[in-house]
Amino acid sequence: MSTAVAQLGPYLALILVGFLPNEIWRLLGLLVARGLDEESEIVVWVRAVATAILAGVIAQLIVTSTGALAAIPLAVRVAAVVAGFLAFLLIRRSVFAGVAIGEAVLILGALALPP
Amino acid sequence: MISPRSDAPLAQDSAVAAFARGMLTAWRSVFAYVLFGTYIGIGALAHDFGFSVGWMVLSTVLIWAAPAQVILISTLGSAAPIDTALAVSLSSVRFMPMVVALLPMLRDARTRTRHLLVPTHLTAISVWAEAMRLLPALPRDHRIAFYNGLGTGLITPAITAGAVGFYVAGQVPVVFAAGLLFLTPLSMLMSIARNSRTLIDRMALALGLVIGPLMAATKVGLDLMWTGIIAGTIAYAVHRLREALQ
Repeated sequence: MSTAVAQLGPYLALILVGFLPNEIWRLLGLLVARGLDEESEIVVWVRAVATAILAGVIAQLIVTSTGALAAIPLAVRVAAVVAGFLAFLLIRRSVFAGVAIGEAVLILGALALPP
Repeated sequence: MISPRSDAPLAQDSAVAAFARGMLTAWRSVFAYVLFGTYIGIGALAHDFGFSVGWMVLSTVLIWAAPAQVILISTLGSAAPIDTALAVSLSSVRFMPMVVALLPMLRDARTRTRHLLVPTHLTAISVWAEAMRLLPALPRDHRIAFYNGLGTGLITPAITAGAVGFYVAGQVPVVFAAGLLFLTPLSMLMSIARNSRTLIDRMALALGLVIGPLMAATKVGLDLMWTGIIAGTIAYAVHRLREALQ
C-alpha cells in the first residue's frame, strides 16, 4: 500500500488529506447557517447536537485513549476525570481548579499503579 | 432576532478595540494554557513521526483541530491517503453543527458571507465554548471582531507550543506526556459544563458522555454523528415536552 506522504509529499498531503477533509465541515456549517435565526427551533436542536457530539468526543478521548495516555489504566483515567469534575463543581465552577485536580489524580494514580 | 441595523458605520477603532478585547479574553482563559500543553504533545508527536517544524506550524494554522492533527500525524506515514482523509474528516464532523449554532449569533443585517469566512475557520471547541458564553453580552456589531480576536488569541499559543513541543520531543517522560494528552478531555468537559445552564444543554452533555462510548463500541461507523443526533434529539425532545407542560 502506498502511503500519502510517499505519493504526495508532506505538504500536498497536508492540504489534500488533512486540511480539506477537515475544513469541509466548517464550510458546510457556513452554508447551512445562511438565513437561520438564533432563536429558531432548528438552531436550538443543532446546538444540542453539537453539545452531544463534543460530549461524545470527550468520553471517547478518556475511554479509548491513544498514545502515552493509553499506558495509564482506564480506572485511573476515569477516577481522574471524576475527581476533576467534583473539584470543578465544589470550587466555584472553576475550570482551572478542575483541570489541576484531575491532572494531579491522573499523575499520582499512574505513579502508584503502574500498568 | 437580528437586531435592527444601525445607520452609523462601525468605527474602525471600536472594531480594533473589540478584537483586542477578544485577544485579552483568550489569554485570561484557561484554554490558552490548556492548548499550550496539548500542542506541546502534538509537536512532539510530529517530531517523532519525522515531519518538519514548518509542517507542524502549518498544520495548526490550516487544520486547527487537535484530534484531526493527531490522526493526520500518526497515520500519514503508514495508511493509504483515502483512509487518512476519511479518519480526519470523521473526527471533524462536530464543526458543522458548531458553526451553524455560532453564525446566527455573530451576524447582523450588514454582515456579508465573506466577513464570516475567518470566524468559520477559527472555530474550534475552545473558541466556540468561550464565545457561546460571552457573545450574548456583547453588542452585535462588535461580535465578529471580538470572535476573531478570541480565535487569534487561542490559536497563537497552539502554534507556538507546536514548535516548542517539536524541539523538546524525546525529553518528556511518559507520565508527563500522558498528562498533556489528558488536558484536552478534562478542560473540554468542564468548560462545556460551565456553559450548560439550561436543561437541554445539561441533558445533551450527560447523554453524549454515555452514548459516545456505547456508539464507539458498536462499531457502526460515523459513531460521533449518531451520538450527536441521538443524544441531541432526546435532549431537545425533553426540552420541548417540558415547555409544552408549562
